[in-house]
Amino acid sequence: MRKLVTRFAALAAAAGLAPVARAAGDMEVTLCDGRTKVEVSADAPKTTESGQKIADELMRQWREKNPKVDWEAEERTHHTIQPAADNKALVGGSQGATYGEITQRDVDLWRTESERFVVAGSKVFHSATELGSTIAVSCDMCHPDAANTHPETYPKYQVQLGRVVLLRDMINWCLEHPVRAKPLAADDPRMRALEAYIYAQRKGTPLDYGKR
Amino acid sequence: MKSIETKYLEARAELLAGLGKLNRRQFMKVAGAAAGAALAQGVLPPHSFTPVRVARAATGGSDFTFAYISDSHLYTKDKNDRFVRGLLRAVDDVNRLDPQPDFVLYGGDLAQLGRADELDLGAQILRNLKAPVKMMVGEHDWYFDLGEKWRALFGADNYSFEHKGVRFVTLNSVVEADFWTAKGLTPAERMGTVAGLDNGTQSSFTVGEANRAWLAKELEPVKSSVPLVVFSHSPLYKLYKKWNFWTDDAEQVQDILKRFDQVTVIHGHTHQLLTNRIGNISFHGMLSTAWPWPYAPQGLPELTIQMSRPDPFNPSDGCGDGTVTVGADGMCDKLYNLWNRNPVTVSRTYMKSNGKEDRAAAPKLASY
Repeated sequence: MRKLVTRFAALAAAAGLAPVARAAGDMEVTLCDGRTKVEVSADAPKTTESGQKIADELMRQWREKNPKVDWEAEERTHHTIQPAADNKALVGGSQGATYGEITQRDVDLWRTESERFVVAGSKVFHSATELGSTIAVSCDMCHPDAANTHPETYPKYQVQLGRVVLLRDMINWCLEHPVRAKPLAADDPRMRALEAYIYAQRKGTPLDYGKR
Repeated sequence: MKSIETKYLEARAELLAGLGKLNRRQFMKVAGAAAGAALAQGVLPPHSFTPVRVARAATGGSDFTFAYISDSHLYTKDKNDRFVRGLLRAVDDVNRLDPQPDFVLYGGDLAQLGRADELDLGAQILRNLKAPVKMMVGEHDWYFDLGEKWRALFGADNYSFEHKGVRFVTLNSVVEADFWTAKGLTPAERMGTVAGLDNGTQSSFTVGEANRAWLAKELEPVKSSVPLVVFSHSPLYKLYKKWNFWTDDAEQVQDILKRFDQVTVIHGHTHQLLTNRIGNISFHGMLSTAWPWPYAPQGLPELTIQMSRPDPFNPSDGCGDGTVTVGADGMCDKLYNLWNRNPVTVSRTYMKSNGKEDRAAAPKLASY
């Protein structure tokens, strides 16, 4: 109950309103994660500025505990990814009773989520540790920007593997040999993300399965 | 009474002194005899001593050869043994050359992440080369400590020397504008950024103002007729900016080199067979001992006949080392000693004829 009171007090202080009366001493302000805390003196000015300071301090502590929260933006500064298809032509249309009218928000959601998955793939592609390499080799060493991966040519018969392979089989061969890591299961999130990134980088290339 | 040895030595001295006074008919006789003597080795009566040297002088051969090993990207052996084995193989190749090359150019990127132990390992392996070594710096060697360890091990990153009438200049051409201070990157993070070929947060390679000024000053006393060979890690022209197959101040560097009759640039970084010519300057890329790069999606110099797409199932395919044979006029034959494949020579005839004569074989599998 005390925690709830202090949280309201913080909100009130931030809003510039008078806090709920406390007996004496400092207030302990807690973030919504229930763990990050900050001490606020009882005679701190009850202004928007001091409230903002409390909120900033809580945010700083939380960011310190979660340093990789900006992974997506960071990955995008390092490596370009091809954008997902633009479906804005569908806005205002409908998919019938099951889905209802398509809005700009839907279009943005589809694009954001698809690209986020591709960015995750880019992260794995460029990281020897994420791939589990035992010799510090990552995919981008031989395939910068996923060049020379030719995902549009799969499925194809690969003589050296003695069977028709899909892109994921070739990824696993590369993982085992040049990268020297353990092969990934087909539904491993890293495998799925890698495939997504490789296909995305080849956007616009016609499919041509079996090509050597 | 002269001994047979004395008579032999006198006859030999007389012959050698007489060689300078031959008329054309006599010269042809001697040249012919020399050829015969070379065939009939060891069966020579003393009074018809005919050194093979004469035949060689007749052809006017003043070519010399240097070898190259490049882009080894070493981790320490416990971290990655494959790249170490690549460099060991190249050193072995060069040591087995007969005759030995005049010197060996190391083309840069000796270390992968610029660490002291990686550079020490590379230096240790290169010490096994019989021929003298000329070192050139790459970005992977530089951006961990900005050249501190490199200079301690190998000396200045820019230097020049003269060899058999040819002027050689080694440039540090991987100078990048500071992208790390504003972001507060640690040395390891800075090196990690530069180590990614497709990492867009790094800056373009340049030779830079300071190094260009050094180059201009160094070349000032050199006559334009002197053949010039430039060693540079970045290509000194603009091929593909995203992968730093690019030197941002290429035009300014080429301006300094423009007045010379014949310039050859030997560059690293691209890990592939690459040939270009801009005016009086020929550009040749070096192979890597560690891994091959694919050809850039845009921009292939006209003169480049691609090497065949490396086969991932064939270890070390697309990797190798090689030699450069320099002629008296400064034109070069560039040999790509591709491991697991037939070697490819990009000859001076090919360069002189602008690609019309002496073409190398077309690739079996082109890039796409």
